[in-house]
Amino acid sequence: MADTRLSESLLAEFVYREARLLDEKHFEEWYGLFTDDGRYWMPLTRGQPDGETHTSLFFEDKLLLKVRIERMKHPNAYSQQQPSFCQHVLQKPALEQTQPDTGEYVMRTPFMYLETQLDRQTLLAGVAYHRLVSIDGELRIRQKKIELVNCDAALPSIQLLL
Amino acid sequence: MTIYRDDPKAIRALVRANSVHRDVYVDGALFDVEMEQLWRNAWIYVGHDSQVPEVGDFYSTLIGKDPVILVRAADERVRVLSNRCAHKGTKLVSAVHGKCLGSLFRCPYHGWTYRLDGTLRTVPLKQGYDGTGFDTSSASGLSEFVSVNYRGFVFTRLAPQGIGFHEYFGDSLSSIDNMVDRAPGGRLEVAGGVLRYLHDCNWKMFIENLNDAMHPMVAHESSAGTAKRLWRGASPSGPTPMVIEQFTPFVNDYEFFEKMGVKVYENGHSYTGVNFSIHSKYSSVGPYEKSMIDAYGEERARSILAEARHNTVYYPSLTIKGAIQAIRVARPLAVDKTLIESWTFRLAGAPDELLARTTTYSRLINAPTSVVGHDDLHCYRAIQEGLAGSGNEWINLHRNYSPGESTHIAGVYGATNEVPMRGQHQAWAKFMTLGMPDE
Repeated sequence: MADTRLSESLLAEFVYREARLLDEKHFEEWYGLFTDDGRYWMPLTRGQPDGETHTSLFFEDKLLLKVRIERMKHPNAYSQQQPSFCQHVLQKPALEQTQPDTGEYVMRTPFMYLETQLDRQTLLAGVAYHRLVSIDGELRIRQKKIELVNCDAALPSIQLLL
Repeated sequence: MTIYRDDPKAIRALVRANSVHRDVYVDGALFDVEMEQLWRNAWIYVGHDSQVPEVGDFYSTLIGKDPVILVRAADERVRVLSNRCAHKGTKLVSAVHGKCLGSLFRCPYHGWTYRLDGTLRTVPLKQGYDGTGFDTSSASGLSEFVSVNYRGFVFTRLAPQGIGFHEYFGDSLSSIDNMVDRAPGGRLEVAGGVLRYLHDCNWKMFIENLNDAMHPMVAHESSAGTAKRLWRGASPSGPTPMVIEQFTPFVNDYEFFEKMGVKVYENGHSYTGVNFSIHSKYSSVGPYEKSMIDAYGEERARSILAEARHNTVYYPSLTIKGAIQAIRVARPLAVDKTLIESWTFRLAGAPDELLARTTTYSRLINAPTSVVGHDDLHCYRAIQEGLAGSGNEWINLHRNYSPGESTHIAGVYGATNEVPMRGQHQAWAKFMTLGMPDE
């Protein structure tokens, strides 16, 4: 039987592309990467077990992601009248886990993230975990979890997506 | 430039019956006076007693410019101590939450130790103080501030003398009552973490906004309005998701916000949502209502749950949402810098779904990542930047003003009235100048 497992480099390419879509503000295309039950999660504390009975910074299903993306196009999104921009700098994504039964791959990617809005800039850093699944030959994100190293800091507005 | 320190007349002149001078928001020296006067004379929220459940547990925070420790002392009482060694003023604890080893605070610099009630226990090489005029007995301990634990919520007044707790808050405490009464087990526990959102604006922009019913449909059109539109467009068949229930009422019309009503108390306190609020139409959560009826009986349970107050402002530091068990605390850092903490609570005896509802609300509305919070902060900052410029020095607070307010402001009003802000500024002038020598 042929080995159907995806190569680590192919999975890493996907993670790089995902960050680039955010940096270039191709939000619709980025949104399309998520499975229907996809989740975008940034916990508020280290080792946080879930996003239900504990507050998170992000705990977005596709509906909430859609609200975020559509709002940015709204003419009265005042906090974005002066638009924000962002830049991810990724360390090489590493294959952390493969689950042959569910066809899932978990990629681990340390990163730095800079968000700017004219003269203000915010530097964040952490580790992103992508839970990826191959559907009809296309990779999709079932969960992107972002563990911020400074998750407990007093934070300014974070207006884009990490 | 006016010098306000020790000039009560100049301070009082900043607040008129229906407007307030811009210096109240932008003058750095006046901010220092606020920390020395208002933030010492008023009752300020410290923390919740469930943050320090056991003897020796502590929580540290900042009240005005004073680092303080909330600690569960050996007698189980929760005390508020100055976080400042009696020797050189070193902060004793730097962790936000912790437990005292051996039921002692130990200074990290020279090892002086204090008991949990703040009394001095040991000083290394104590004999070095013999005959020096310094008393190394337990009398030379940490200052303890006056505090009241009201149903778990601990407030302090840094000034040793002043207005009593119940006189200060009056019947506004009914909002805390309702929040606690919502627990079938009769008490709250801090749960779900704390969001810490840095606001580059004066603390009053935030506090005033909490009872401002004229902004949601404007500032939150892009976020709540988009959520409402998307959900409608999806022509859904199932139940409305919690997030849509929480977003949508922000873009209710002016009539809704006017009719919810605002109740104003003396000393700057008020709450919106006298008749109903944006929280009134949330779906009921599983077995919760039944557990309330079991705990209180049908009639009392219904009456507790029928109250769905919007925001209660406990001027100047605390705002609460009893209906969803979330509070926000304003910690001023500078004239144009304020930390807003959002804490959530578990209702003892209630199902986890209620905690999930409050953590969801906090994330959607109050987080540094919130699309609602972004537009609020954008407006606060825009005020801060606008007021820095010249032009009209008097900020307009005229909406629905009536002259009788200057002698008696307490009452129920339509919620689009700017009377809560006028009440806040009356209290500001009062507690800013309290005890200052006239003339």
